[in-house]
Amino acid sequence: MALLEVKGLKAYYRQTEALHGIDFSLDEGSITTILGANGAGKTTTLRAICRMIRTEGEIRFDGQDITGLSTERVVSRGIAHVPEGRGTFVRQSVIENLQLGAYTRRNKAEIAADIERVYGYFPRLRERHAQQAGTLSGGEQQMLAIGRALMLRPKLMLLDEPSFGLAPLIVQEIYGIMARIRDAEGTSMLLVEQNANIALNLADHAYLLETGAVVMSGESAIIRDDENVRRSYLGY
Amino acid sequence: MDLFLQLTFAGLAIGSIYSCVALAVVMIYQATDHFNFAQGEMAMFSTFIAWTMLGLGLPIWVAFFLAVAISFVAGVLIERIVVRPVENAPVLNQIIVFIGLLVIFNSVAGWIWEYTIKPFPSLFPKSFGFETTLISAHNIGVIGLTLIVLAMVFAFFRFTRVGLAMRAAAANPDSARLVGISVGWMLALGWGLAAAIGAVGGVLVAPIVYLEPNMMSGVLLYGFAGALLGGVSSPGGAVLGGLVVGVLENWVGQYVPGGAELKLTFALVLIVGVLMFKPAGLFGRIVVKRV
Repeated sequence: MALLEVKGLKAYYRQTEALHGIDFSLDEGSITTILGANGAGKTTTLRAICRMIRTEGEIRFDGQDITGLSTERVVSRGIAHVPEGRGTFVRQSVIENLQLGAYTRRNKAEIAADIERVYGYFPRLRERHAQQAGTLSGGEQQMLAIGRALMLRPKLMLLDEPSFGLAPLIVQEIYGIMARIRDAEGTSMLLVEQNANIALNLADHAYLLETGAVVMSGESAIIRDDENVRRSYLGY
Repeated sequence: MDLFLQLTFAGLAIGSIYSCVALAVVMIYQATDHFNFAQGEMAMFSTFIAWTMLGLGLPIWVAFFLAVAISFVAGVLIERIVVRPVENAPVLNQIIVFIGLLVIFNSVAGWIWEYTIKPFPSLFPKSFGFETTLISAHNIGVIGLTLIVLAMVFAFFRFTRVGLAMRAAAANPDSARLVGISVGWMLALGWGLAAAIGAVGGVLVAPIVYLEPNMMSGVLLYGFAGALLGGVSSPGGAVLGGLVVGVLENWVGQYVPGGAELKLTFALVLIVGVLMFKPAGLFGRIVVKRV
């Protein structure tokens, strides 16, 4: 069964329609990527799911329509959003950021155990646990953003360009950890990327977005081998 | 020397009241980027509520705690009902709402309780069991109680889950929503806390300045001066700023020729001076935003 099902989704910034009725779905335990150029509507799609902008159309999560919910209600249903630009709380410490990620949960022992689990994935966060998040490097902030999302114990993670502004080696490291998280936790992920190559390597399914509409979809392997995709997005 | 110490201790006492007002102002400023000009009048109204309950025969500490609790609830309601609708309105609209609140509280208080000044009893006994001419019993109590209140507020923000959530909501509302925090309720809670802290300041200052609808106008000005001096982005700085302003006010009143008449002018000079030469205050930071 599809964990997330989107039908005829339109999204608006004020009067401007940014998504023109897109359809897609995501299976439980899978990683789906949405690819596209700047301005194609990738970030908008994630923001629409988290109810941060005005939309029309249907968004079903876990079988239930979530379009009537507030952002914080959507989050408490189990959707963790790692936003564009990471959105860490820069003046709070690393450990406070992680505690905030578990805000909807109450069991202190479980939360403490999950902080250890996040440190397991990202040992560098443990070293810097008392440091203000704003003093971390870009890569460490991205790790913190993903770690904070994990603290929700999400059913679905929305990741907005985790590779943005990072050195290739760091990007590889972070994608490696994302694969480990998928394997160990079975967390479903909806991944938005401009870096099509690395996203297609991780994801099971891919959707190609162009100016607010889905122009192609399918298994990652097939998308990757498509002549047009290769020329437009992979650059070889 | 005795006079100097007396002035300093009295300054610390009144300064700790300014600290309460400064902290209340800074709390709302951090969450909304606006000064709540009505903070002082809200505290005055709270003090009148305590006074009314005294009139009903309640013991003063009961009246005090009830007034603080009622102020908390009222602060939450004011945010929900009055401030919320203009949350995304232009700055000018919001300032007009704050000034409107100021005028409304002032007039309604005058209407209910009249403008005649009323004596207000101290929360504290006449003596704490030792004799000193350097500081009055009321002032010892004021300093002690505000220190306790401020310590509780800081512990709340530092060590509790909701306190952390309130800091997060003020610093980064979008990310706060994305971890499941209801930012709107955190703002309302902030208003409630600010109103409660203001109420403490009001009840403590009333025995000194007497109870009347305009009793907080000077206190609010000094509170602003303290907040600016310490830095509006630093709650701890605002508290320290309030204390410094209280002490300086007394020194200026005594040692500067004509100072007694120019006490309020001194607050304004301080505000303008800080804004001109150190806009972030002593402990604040200049916020650099990426554009």
